Amino acid sequence: MAAVIEIQDLVKDYRVGEMVVHVLKGISFEIERGDFVSIMGPSGSGKSTLMNILGCLDKPTSGAYTLDGISVGNLNRDQLAEIRNNKIGFVFQQFNLLARTSAAENVELPMMYTDAPARERHERAMKALLAVGLAGREEHQPSQLSGGQQQRVAIARSLVNDPSIILADEPTGALDSRTSIEIMAIFQRLNREKGITMIVVTHDPDVAAYSNRSIHFKDGKLQLDERLAHPRDAHQDLEQLPAELPEEIPS
Amino acid sequence: MNKIVGSIRIALRALRVNRMRSALTMLGIIIGVAAVIAMVGVGAGATKRIQDQIQSIGSNLIMVLPGSVSTNGVRLGAGAVASLTQDDSKAIAAECPSVALSVPTVRGGVQVVYGNNNWATNAQGVTPDYMAVRDYTMLSGQFFTTQDVDAAAKVAVLGETVAENLFGDSDPTGQVVIIKNVPFTVAGVLTPKGQSPTGQDQDDVILLPISTAMQKVLGANRANAQAVGSLTVQAVSPQAMDSAIQEMEALLRERHRILPGLEDDFTIRNLTEVFQAQETSAQVMSILLGAIASVSLIVGGIGIMNIMLVSVTERTREIGLRQAVGAKTGDILLQFLVEAVTLSLLGGIVGIAVGLAASVLISHFAKWSTAVSPLSILLAFLFSALVGVFFGYYPARKAAFMDPIEALRYE
Repeated sequence: MAAVIEIQDLVKDYRVGEMVVHVLKGISFEIERGDFVSIMGPSGSGKSTLMNILGCLDKPTSGAYTLDGISVGNLNRDQLAEIRNNKIGFVFQQFNLLARTSAAENVELPMMYTDAPARERHERAMKALLAVGLAGREEHQPSQLSGGQQQRVAIARSLVNDPSIILADEPTGALDSRTSIEIMAIFQRLNREKGITMIVVTHDPDVAAYSNRSIHFKDGKLQLDERLAHPRDAHQDLEQLPAELPEEIPS
Repeated sequence: MNKIVGSIRIALRALRVNRMRSALTMLGIIIGVAAVIAMVGVGAGATKRIQDQIQSIGSNLIMVLPGSVSTNGVRLGAGAVASLTQDDSKAIAAECPSVALSVPTVRGGVQVVYGNNNWATNAQGVTPDYMAVRDYTMLSGQFFTTQDVDAAAKVAVLGETVAENLFGDSDPTGQVVIIKNVPFTVAGVLTPKGQSPTGQDQDDVILLPISTAMQKVLGANRANAQAVGSLTVQAVSPQAMDSAIQEMEALLRERHRILPGLEDDFTIRNLTEVFQAQETSAQVMSILLGAIASVSLIVGGIGIMNIMLVSVTERTREIGLRQAVGAKTGDILLQFLVEAVTLSLLGGIVGIAVGLAASVLISHFAKWSTAVSPLSILLAFLFSALVGVFFGYYPARKAAFMDPIEALRYE
């Protein structure tokens, strides 16, 4: 498998007044297309910074970053925005959906910044919502959806432009354990069925257990890079849990 | 195009979410635009009234008066000598190419009697051309004819004020009035013109054939039986006014045998010019009112800028998200600019309606004539859009150049 992400000697420094803080101290690794990678580490380990750089939201101080064959280091603001638009799908801890906006329109958001005509946008949004199991909830607004459903809308949004990678930053951080497994099940299915490269940043070993490869950070350096021989299967785990409670309990 | 439509939808949604805030912000623009529309309307109304008054004295009008002469160092005032004659008038009409019509005029105060009523008014002896020169139309009856002038017929045309004071509501045409013991048949009544630009009642007048007036009513000048009080001249066009004046001056100097270097024995006055000064001052007032009103429009624009800055700060996370999913600098800029312009344009449209209503109310209750032109409406509309762009640009730029990481992390 060819590498979708290659990073070489990645360094990120921040100036805080007179002091220079070295957040990333020369990191190199590759991620292969179709892999499911978890990035772990305590807070302050530099994993968020790495995440921002991988997501083309930030630029490294030095080092090379190639995403899908494109060297990202020298691109300007708008070129980076275009890369984010068609190569990267983001899933955030706090979902980051637009309030008072229907699920379908939330999913259409990334396509607003493409040339896709309205009809195609709508069709693709419907397909993405179907893929995350939210068919029939297109017109619901975020306030009418549960946390797990909101995160599924966010996943649909990350899918809709057929990205090379999906970057999920603590995607289960705001969810209970059962819903967390549901979300991981969706990730695993997308990874297996559509071959989308998944990168999940988490501090939770239970979440990392669903990935194929786990990269650990400490103090701005790569501490451990292990390939999991037998990743957990979220679908099986779900089946072993007690039957799902109704989502809305009538009072 | 796709993006603009999308931006308008987002903008309308954002404005709906904060209804009260949007309405108050728009109020600034509404008041500004309404003030501009109403004030410019008042100014234009004043200008139009003066223009109408100028029209009422007749178009392209030039007065020729007997001038001052000095005899042995004593200078007499204008009109002190009877230097203009009916022949001068005929010569001007015939020989000056820039002159359309020339009417010799004599004037005098008379007492007009009808039955038990009498009325003091201004009698003017004129020729039928006077009707065209002064843009008169007839309310009833006919103006007298050239034959009447040649025959010194005893006919009169009444101004509306005279007709009303002598006859009340009944039609005077065909009735007989008595002036200085001479019976005159009323040929017709003039359509009222109202006040002149100087405030005189232009309808308090009785017009007689010049021959009759000189022979029977006002009396001819003792020094020169042919002399008339003044000539009322109409130039062929507004542009021909100056050349008409030059031609008349040259012709009259020649006819009166005035040697080069000596003063004219007549005075030529361009009446329109006098009243154009008033028109200019009304236009200046109109511009001034508009300028003062635009200040409130600018204040409204500052209100938009203020609320857009608040909106950008409140929606920092939304901006971060949009940037993360691929919105470029221009996309965010466009979105917030469209929102600001939507605010100002909606305010502008409502403001135009309020301004129109205000100018109708002003003209109804304050009795000022107002004239709101389509041009001023268009300008107000464009200006409010411009205010939106101008005052929306800074907040939109602030949004567009946010750091996506910090924006996403913003609480």
